[in-house]
Amino acid sequence: MKMHRYEKIWLFLAASMLVIAVVYSGVQTFALGQGPPSGVGMIDPEKVEETAPFDNPGISKIGENEYEVVMILRAFSFEPNAIEIPAGATVHFKMTSTDVMHGFQVIGTNLNAMIMPGHIQEAKQKFTKPGEYLVICNEYCGIGHQLMSMTITVK
Amino acid sequence: METTEKKFRKLSGGNKLDSRLTLTYFSIAFVTLFIGGLLGLLQGLNRAGLLELPANFNYYQVLTAHGILLVLVFSVLFVIAYFYSVLSHTMDGLFPVVRKMGWIALVTMLIGVVFVVTTVVMGKASVMYTFYPPMKASPWFYVGLFIVVAGIWMAAFGGFIQIAKWRKRNRGEHIPLLAFFAMGVFTLLFFGSLGVTAEVLMLIPWAFGWTEKINVMLSRTLFWSFGHTFVNIWYLTAVSLWYVVVPKVIGGRLFSDTLTRVVVILLVVSNIPGGFHHQIVDPGMSEGIKLTHALMSMVIGFPSLMTAFAMFFVFARVGRKKGANGVFGWITKMPWGDVRFLAPMIAMIFFIPGGAGGIAQNANQLNQVVHNTLWVVGHFHITVGVTAVLTFFGAMYWLIPYLSKRTLTPAMNKLGVIQTLIWTLGMLFMAGGMHTVGLLGAPRRTSYTTYGDSAVAASWDPYLLLLAVGGTLLTIGLVLIVYIVFNLMFFAPKGDTEFPIAEGEDNASDTPKWTERWSLWIAIMLFIVAFGYVIPLIDMIGNAPPGSAPFITW
Repeated sequence: MKMHRYEKIWLFLAASMLVIAVVYSGVQTFALGQGPPSGVGMIDPEKVEETAPFDNPGISKIGENEYEVVMILRAFSFEPNAIEIPAGATVHFKMTSTDVMHGFQVIGTNLNAMIMPGHIQEAKQKFTKPGEYLVICNEYCGIGHQLMSMTITVK
Repeated sequence: METTEKKFRKLSGGNKLDSRLTLTYFSIAFVTLFIGGLLGLLQGLNRAGLLELPANFNYYQVLTAHGILLVLVFSVLFVIAYFYSVLSHTMDGLFPVVRKMGWIALVTMLIGVVFVVTTVVMGKASVMYTFYPPMKASPWFYVGLFIVVAGIWMAAFGGFIQIAKWRKRNRGEHIPLLAFFAMGVFTLLFFGSLGVTAEVLMLIPWAFGWTEKINVMLSRTLFWSFGHTFVNIWYLTAVSLWYVVVPKVIGGRLFSDTLTRVVVILLVVSNIPGGFHHQIVDPGMSEGIKLTHALMSMVIGFPSLMTAFAMFFVFARVGRKKGANGVFGWITKMPWGDVRFLAPMIAMIFFIPGGAGGIAQNANQLNQVVHNTLWVVGHFHITVGVTAVLTFFGAMYWLIPYLSKRTLTPAMNKLGVIQTLIWTLGMLFMAGGMHTVGLLGAPRRTSYTTYGDSAVAASWDPYLLLLAVGGTLLTIGLVLIVYIVFNLMFFAPKGDTEFPIAEGEDNASDTPKWTERWSLWIAIMLFIVAFGYVIPLIDMIGNAPPGSAPFITW
């Protein structure tokens, strides 16, 4: 197989670029702790309301400016559907669905996750800028999908 | 004697019976494109807040029909018709059994489509192109999908039989380069749809109520093993035209027969695990597995970058032969007024941002920014809607006349140029708007909403207007292309049109024999698929949460 010298250079650069992209993704995930939401916990989707911690959805303080939010998603609402936190707080979200697949996207941040029945999704986010954040369901979940939203207020 | 006859047949539309088969496919494909495209316009107008859809044909129904008609029906019919005409042309006609399989495949697919479309129109299957459980469509929707896949398999096996028979008759010869692409595409059509078929076969009894629960994560993963492979089937089809047809149209030669075949092999073996990147922000999978798959998805970028080099190399070589100087001198030497060049060329240019967007989406953090936003929709409208579909359109200006024994007149060529420019402009507005507003967070697959008069949602509105503008332009382009296709099929002046196939350079080296070892490539493909999927699938089956009962949420 004959290859032009320029082609070899080009393909070397191309392959390097792809490798760098993957390596950097790895560094981000494992060294910098910025991996994608990948909760591996499981739950019976029909018994969400009676299983801890989802029997008591809401926000609780778990440390110095650190909060945990337990959240249930169902067609077409979030529970709780509004939370308030102080600026600079780190929030750990624990979420599941009681029915179909939903999305959890906090507009204006990188926080974006799939929420599936049977699985407990986990994600964390530090909210530094005060303001009202819109949270929406970004996975089609039925006729009222476009109404499914909530707010996070950072004070 | 035989060779003159061969030559005559090649010039005048090949085997008449084969032409009738492929022209029937193309006719149905373009009617489907027309209907599916109009549904797209309705969505664009609704999303921009300009149009309210009635309750008995709402946004999500329209979106489901749009996705299925274009993604599944139009593209599959097109790809099969194109490669059947390739096989017929390069192998001196289809074998009778293969032609028959082509017809049976068409009828089978159409029966399946009737099931699918009827359930969607009746409002019993507003589940989108992805039909994620536990959302439950009518069981007949899934039955229809299964029938469609059975038709696709029939067509793929027809292709395999054609190539196998031809090889037996032409021992020692390489299969023609375009037929080599066909082999790659049929391989992906068959193996790529195995996962989704397994999923559908689990969904059917569940939707009928014979089984109670469904494994949501498993279904989703099986779906995406097919979801992205299909995208790459259109892409591989477009690439075949770039490598083989475009050089001939501009008066050049093949880049390299061997390297072209290597690109096909690489795309085939690396393709199926690529779908996993749709699941980067899913729960239920460890970050390690996700990173392995990020690597496996990224591999697909490599043959694409090989293609980028090959194309510009061919342009530069042709340009230099015509007297161009410097790195970009070839640009002035290209036949820009020839729609057979212009359409695929614009398609290639759009693949630069399209491919780059694909690579970006594959990285963890970037994926999180754009996951399920309109950015993704913009991405696949420039990759599929321009890179693949505009290449397909470009092929129609010579392939339809070739098959119908007619010619492309200068007037029709001009109309084609106008069509191409309108289509491009429409996609620029629409996909450009989608990319931008997606970065700001606007979700995909959502009908018009203000999210309770949210200020941030209101800031998306100006961009969403671009969707309506682009959609309107695209609809004009749609009317034009359908007119052009049927004009070339039935009304253009009679005559001979060439099937343009570029030849190798005079000093090109022989293609090595190992490129023909398809059993080996398929074995490697299966090994790579196993490497990507066995561990996650075992985990999803063995270590699953209690399954989900069905929900109808529309």
